[in-house]
Amino acid sequence: MNPVLEVNNLGIDFGGLTAVNNLNMVVEPHEIVGLIGPNGAGKTTVFNMLTKVYEPSRGNIILNGQDIAKMNTVEVNKAGVARTFQNIRLFADLSVIDNVKSGMNNLYPYSVFDTLLHTRKRNENEKKITEKAEELLKIFNLYDAKDIEASSLPYGAQRRLEIARALATDPKLLLLDEPAAGMNPQETDELMQTIRFVRDQFDIAILLIEHDMSLVMNICERIYVLNYGMLLAKGSPEEIRNDDRVIKAYLGD
Amino acid sequence: MKNFMSDLFSKKNRSRTISFLLVIAVYIIIEILSKSIRIPRLFTSLLVPTCCYIVLGLSLNLVVGFSGELSLGHAGFMAIGAFTAVCVSGLSASFITNDIIRLLLSIIIGSIVAGIFGLIISVPVLKLSGDYLAIVTLAFGQIIKSLINNIYLGFDSNGLQFSFVTNELNLQNGKMLLSGPMGATDTAKISTFTFGIILILFTLFVIYSLIDSKYGRAIMAARDNRIAAESIGINISRTKTLAFVTSAILAGMAGALYALNYSTLQPAKFDFNTSILVLVYVVFGGLGNINGTIIATTVLYILPELLRSLQDYRMLIYAIVLIVVMQITNSAALKQKADKIVKQIFKKGERE
Repeated sequence: MNPVLEVNNLGIDFGGLTAVNNLNMVVEPHEIVGLIGPNGAGKTTVFNMLTKVYEPSRGNIILNGQDIAKMNTVEVNKAGVARTFQNIRLFADLSVIDNVKSGMNNLYPYSVFDTLLHTRKRNENEKKITEKAEELLKIFNLYDAKDIEASSLPYGAQRRLEIARALATDPKLLLLDEPAAGMNPQETDELMQTIRFVRDQFDIAILLIEHDMSLVMNICERIYVLNYGMLLAKGSPEEIRNDDRVIKAYLGD
Repeated sequence: MKNFMSDLFSKKNRSRTISFLLVIAVYIIIEILSKSIRIPRLFTSLLVPTCCYIVLGLSLNLVVGFSGELSLGHAGFMAIGAFTAVCVSGLSASFITNDIIRLLLSIIIGSIVAGIFGLIISVPVLKLSGDYLAIVTLAFGQIIKSLINNIYLGFDSNGLQFSFVTNELNLQNGKMLLSGPMGATDTAKISTFTFGIILILFTLFVIYSLIDSKYGRAIMAARDNRIAAESIGINISRTKTLAFVTSAILAGMAGALYALNYSTLQPAKFDFNTSILVLVYVVFGGLGNINGTIIATTVLYILPELLRSLQDYRMLIYAIVLIVVMQITNSAALKQKADKIVKQIFKKGERE
């Protein structure tokens, strides 16, 4: 089977500073892969390049055999990449369910005329959107809060809502940027189960950045370690745990 | 359509039910009053312009409140709709004798032309954001005003005659439609209050339909967080264009109704002050708040007119009212009280 994501020689410069260089990475279908590294290693920069928020200076990004390096953010999402953000970016004034619904704009299309004339096509697609959104909210335990404003959710729930919104776009690859940040151990536990469940239920590959090592070691099948913008190590959780270079990068000499 | 009606009266959309019922109730009350007692001329003359400003306020709220872009040139779209409608009405007067059909035609064409200008302008304007967008739309409003200020347009048996320079158009037995800074003169007054109310209801229908759709969610998502909206596949520029053009069409519609309510209309009417005035209505009513816009527009438009008898003190009182309204709308305690009252009224209704 072809990999979902293949990254070759990816690099980006900000002025004279090389933030990420020579990155090679592969994510296979149905895989949960971790991307870790000390602060400032360039992990989020990698995510921003994969979703074309930043324009890579070098290299190519291949999603299911299709080169997405020349696409813009919207096209990348349509090609099958969805993401969450390190500093949560919800639509604060929209209700919880509308946040999820807004992720399905391209899945169930209808025209402006359908909107104004309230045609059957519009009503049926809206119904499908509502049903799917409610289903997603139930998975993420947010159904009871569906009509409140997203900004009034507690922090952990906001993180879950962001994942639900990303999933609403029906991605093949889900990028999670520190999904457990700010969660307590019990919430993190539940999150891990949800991530696994989502992977199986929607049959997607997941690439995640995380500082919570118990989460990373628990659910990732493979791990890439980034340091100063370069790939430091890759391998199974067991291999990474015992890798001297990784320990040194995290703890110093 | 059936869905829209049932949605409209569902519990969830209480504020929508209120806005439609409010407009219809006011209409019925005023119609009954005007049949039974003599309403002062001063008051009846305000009815149509109030409808126009409500439509205008609602359309601006779509851009400022829902799309989150500050537009300071809304009077420009109103002017385009207004003077297009005057021309259409003047030209078609000879063969369309029914006032209502002529009014409808003028409004439709006026709003379409305003929409086309909205589309053309949105291309450069929506590449900008924030203060820059505000400044460019401001400039646009002024340009439109100056442009119309210099158009001399007339028609006779030879067809349309047009000049940017002179009002000596050599018309044989013809009629001037637009005469530069003098604007439109001798327009047939065919706007009616009923039509104004219909336009408000139509505007409410368009805005609510839009908000309830994927387009509305996209518009608000793009406002709340641009990067996140793009990351879930929302095309920002297309979304903002939709809001902008829809708003221009509605503003053109309001302008058309406004123009056909007066026998003379100068382009100077549609200056920066008018744009700001409408923005004041929207801000006071609350960004993204439909009912607020309707109420704020009604009060803030009618008040200074009724205060005319106070002459010099008029603006002083107007300013005080603005401050008081601002205080009230920002007070959480008062808001809670108002919510409570609304809820009680509805509870009573359900029990019955």
